[in-house]
Amino acid sequence: MDAIVIVGAGESGTRAAFALREAGYAGTVTLVGVEPHLPYERPPLSKPENGAVTMKALCSSQALLDAGVTYLHGVGATALDAGRRAVTLSDGRALAYDKLLLATGARPRKLACKGAERALDFRTYDDAKAVLSGVDTSRSVAIIGGGLIGMELAAVLRGKGLAVSVIEAAPKPLGRAVPSHFAARLHSRHSEEGVHFHLGQGVSEIRHNTVLLADGTSVPADVVVAAIGVQPEIALAEAAGLATGNGILTDAFLRTSDPDIFAAGDCVAVEQYGGGHVRFESWRNARAQAETAARNMAGAVEPFAAIPWFWSDQYDLVLQVAGLPQPDHQCVMRALPTGELAFYLDDGRLVAAASLGVGNSLAKDMKLSEMLIAASVRPDPAVLADPGVNLKALLKNAKAA
Amino acid sequence: MSWVSACQLDDIEQEGAIRFDHGGRTYAIYRGPDDRVYCTAGLCTHEAVHLADGLVMDFEVECPKHSGAFDYRTGEAIRLPACENLKTYPAEVVDGEVRVAVN
Ligand SMILES: Cc1cc2nc3c(=O)[nH]c(=O)nc-3n(C[C@H](O)[C@H](O)[C@H](O)COP(=O)(O)OP(=O)(O)OC[C@H]3O[C@@H](n4cnc5c(N)ncnc54)[C@H](O)[C@@H]3O)c2cc1C
Ligand code: FES
Repeated sequence: MDAIVIVGAGESGTRAAFALREAGYAGTVTLVGVEPHLPYERPPLSKPENGAVTMKALCSSQALLDAGVTYLHGVGATALDAGRRAVTLSDGRALAYDKLLLATGARPRKLACKGAERALDFRTYDDAKAVLSGVDTSRSVAIIGGGLIGMELAAVLRGKGLAVSVIEAAPKPLGRAVPSHFAARLHSRHSEEGVHFHLGQGVSEIRHNTVLLADGTSVPADVVVAAIGVQPEIALAEAAGLATGNGILTDAFLRTSDPDIFAAGDCVAVEQYGGGHVRFESWRNARAQAETAARNMAGAVEPFAAIPWFWSDQYDLVLQVAGLPQPDHQCVMRALPTGELAFYLDDGRLVAAASLGVGNSLAKDMKLSEMLIAASVRPDPAVLADPGVNLKALLKNAKAA
Repeated sequence: MSWVSACQLDDIEQEGAIRFDHGGRTYAIYRGPDDRVYCTAGLCTHEAVHLADGLVMDFEVECPKHSGAFDYRTGEAIRLPACENLKTYPAEVVDGEVRVAVN
């Protein structure tokens, strides 16, 4: 009998388990996850409703049962023998596979300063519970790292009335994934909401109730959260001799350097059409790669080609970015009553779009922008900038042409 | 079945949707490419997100949050992460007025 083992029961591994069945795979499917819970979604952890952490399960145990997926939780895969096609688990068991999916995700980068052990991570449900229950009895929080998760958390904690400081080594927050125009908008919104920023600052030490910065400033903090980014979880792959870099390296079909081992989600650096490997860290990517990998493991030969997309919720604002906007793209802004939409053109071709607006008010326009990107349109910038021009009409014209 | 007046047909763009609140509940009313109207429960079955903000294409509404999708004629969930069907309600146009039976 055919056997597929999936290591990592996060968004990607869990989605893949179901997608294998949807693709008609009839062998055994074993999903191995080191966390004790049912598989759950991470995005809600930093967007808690009413300030309380919620565990949003990805599926019920009944759904796993119905799909014939054996879910081993609370056990880690500790070794991989690619030659013998077997995975060793932390409880001593060995699982043989015909095909293996690595969906091991990513783990928080660790601070290196003195007192780093005082800082709390923010990646898992248990992390979120520790942070949000810790702040219930405190007045001030310092968040080290002004990336998406740090800024989402800052918004939530301001909502709870805490004094919030964000400490960021770069001169501006959100510099990595967010186009600068929108990063600046969000930065000023956080300042208006009363978040204290310490920018261009390293941390020299974390002490009881204070964070000491490189320039000698001391930032009051009953609770300290480290949100300085993540590292792909590649240990298992590396030890097994698979090709790795900034992630487990795969070809466009999400196959690793061993043809029987595939990988999906935050742990993957996937080969690009133009050369090089890129790693994505987003919810939709984790699902989309899981679906492509599962179909390929079930026998398809399908390159992974989804347009990258992520969102972030901060206060009442929703940020969305589709594609990979670059500073050298031509940027065309469209102002709308509830926010702004930006289009990015590369040599005249629409390649990316981003929006920042109240609630879901710009979701429709972003979806249409994604479809326009997929259709490789070369729109007139004046038309894109004109809020009176309906993007759906533009798409229909592009399809008719 | 009792009908309630919701809006004018002209209030909804073709292949579009609007939100309708009635009796403490919220609904989405759609105008299809066939110029007929349809009514479903307002909130996505994945998380409580209003579908009237979603993109309507043909007979499909896509949730604005995670791109789950539904056939708004039948309420059928047709794309993950939405997996539970939406409730639907009768809807009709009488003399340019949209009426729905949501009670
Ligand atoms: C707080 C937070 C908020 C986020 N918000 C957003 C958002 O708003 N929008 C967005 O697009 N994305 C967001 N993301 C990113 C998104 O959640 C991730 O991209 C997604 O979870 C990646 O899925 P994954 O399955 O690849 O990895 P993970 O979700 O990290 O899952 C990997 C799992 O594998 C397990 N594992 C690892 N090694 C082993 C092993 N050897 N044996 C057994 N199990 C193992 C891990 O414990 C983990 O449970 C957020 C992430 C976090 C942490
Ligand atoms: S809220 Fe609708 S798909 Fe998630």
